[in-house]
Amino acid sequence: MNYWPLIGVAVVIAGFALKRNPVLVVIAAGVASGLAAGMGVGDLLALIGDSFVSNRALLLFVLTLPAIGLLERYGLRERAQAWIASFRKLSLARLLIAYLGARQLLSMLGMIDLAGHAQTVRPLVAPMSEAAAQNDGIVLDDAARERVRALAAATDNVGRFFGEDVFLAFGAVLLIQGFYARNGIQLDPLSIALWALPTAIAAFVIHAVRIWWVQRSLERAHMKASGSEVTDAAP
Amino acid sequence: MLHLEYVYWLMGAWLALCALYNLRERRWAMAAFWAVVGCAFLFGDAIKAAGAAHTRWPAQLMGLGVIALGLLAVSGTMQMPSSTEGERRDSAARLGNRLFLPALTIPFATVALVLALPHLSWRGVALVEASQATLVSLALACVIAALVAVYTTRAPATQALAEGRRLLDTLGCVALLPMVLATLGGVFAATGVGDAVAAIVGAVIPVDNRLACLVAFALGMVLFTMIMGNAFAAFPVMMAGIGLPLLVHRHGAAPAVLGSLGMLTGYCGTLLTPMAANFNIVPTVLLELRDQYAVIRAQWPTALVLLVVNVILMAMLVFR
Repeated sequence: MNYWPLIGVAVVIAGFALKRNPVLVVIAAGVASGLAAGMGVGDLLALIGDSFVSNRALLLFVLTLPAIGLLERYGLRERAQAWIASFRKLSLARLLIAYLGARQLLSMLGMIDLAGHAQTVRPLVAPMSEAAAQNDGIVLDDAARERVRALAAATDNVGRFFGEDVFLAFGAVLLIQGFYARNGIQLDPLSIALWALPTAIAAFVIHAVRIWWVQRSLERAHMKASGSEVTDAAP
Repeated sequence: MLHLEYVYWLMGAWLALCALYNLRERRWAMAAFWAVVGCAFLFGDAIKAAGAAHTRWPAQLMGLGVIALGLLAVSGTMQMPSSTEGERRDSAARLGNRLFLPALTIPFATVALVLALPHLSWRGVALVEASQATLVSLALACVIAALVAVYTTRAPATQALAEGRRLLDTLGCVALLPMVLATLGGVFAATGVGDAVAAIVGAVIPVDNRLACLVAFALGMVLFTMIMGNAFAAFPVMMAGIGLPLLVHRHGAAPAVLGSLGMLTGYCGTLLTPMAANFNIVPTVLLELRDQYAVIRAQWPTALVLLVVNVILMAMLVFR
């Protein structure tokens, strides 16, 4: 066993820890791992080029940018904020928990690309979350705003990940079935997909509690801040 | 009929246009960056075809291009917003809820097309191949949404391209991160990184204890997913190293439960790692957060609690 290619892993960890430009870190790691494995320069270049081209579908989300960019120029985010602000009773927690549930259910039905960071979180969910937090009386300073936006993105991730595995034709289910089939164990995709349900339910409960928790802590931070204002004003 | 190739050509043309915009503004590094990426789309199928015919220089040239991208990424610069908040607020008030229609067009048109396209055929030839339906639908939906957006805002069509390009330059090299990470995954697989990790994990666990094997499998999935940024890459490695030989064959674990819960355990790792850039780093740039790790900070408690729950579920359900 040749352990030297693991040097690529070390390059990745060191590069990310030192906050170097991530694209440069990743490419350097690939080169390091290839050279450590004893590959020739020609083979390594061909491997990198071929692998890059094979994965080009991952950049297709960039095609959403002309529509989203134009709509944002004409005030999409401002409109989403105004719209949610008109529901006085919609709290941050209710909005995000509803989004989490909807995202999981849609993913389970195979509608994985219905939502996403570029499609829904930036234009709709993040500004709506900010408006909902303000509905709750939370004053959004820079730190609080950042926390609310990050929570919206995290909620999209959790909803997506722990819904999609219940969908029959999703890559993960087929990958698992294919792995076993190559090793002589025949399984029905449905039997694999159904076992993802307990984790899906657990993920919903855990993240919903955490969303509620973040809202509580934002409200408390606000109360503390306004409390200190009062004491500052007192002689 | 509607081949995925055409979608890639559209994408290549769009990237070439972004390169031209930057060239016109004398932003050389960004122009070169998008031009090289565009080549992967414009000539991707030709490179693949040449590789299949044992002609290696196109792939090698692309490999050189990828290394150049790493160096160009360091010198890229950020874009400033082109409109003021006041302007945007005015037009938001003017257009009202009509602004939502084009935004919702992307997801809904994608799903409608995914469901409809595989059933359509023209003169007996299927309109799209079933395996390409999702990506072709997404691309078509983006084009439709851009047209609806132009119609709704009554903006000139070129403004959609200019604003889209502005967003792309704001994302900068981070937009490319998912693709280069997947490339790294391919390189790691070819250089035997996975086999080395599985060998190390296999060497340190007591193989007779089924619970120890299970925990090692779960933590191995998380750790390897964090390194690769992708549970799909971790799954075959950990299954081949621990899951199949130790858990299924030696301790009689139920394969369906082990596979499903094992993959989901890997997903807990995806929530924890900057290597899963499209989920954890791209949104911090899209949402203009100052902290590169803000999304990971927001989700790590969920991931760790869920990991514990998942290991308990496996221990209860796998050995029956």
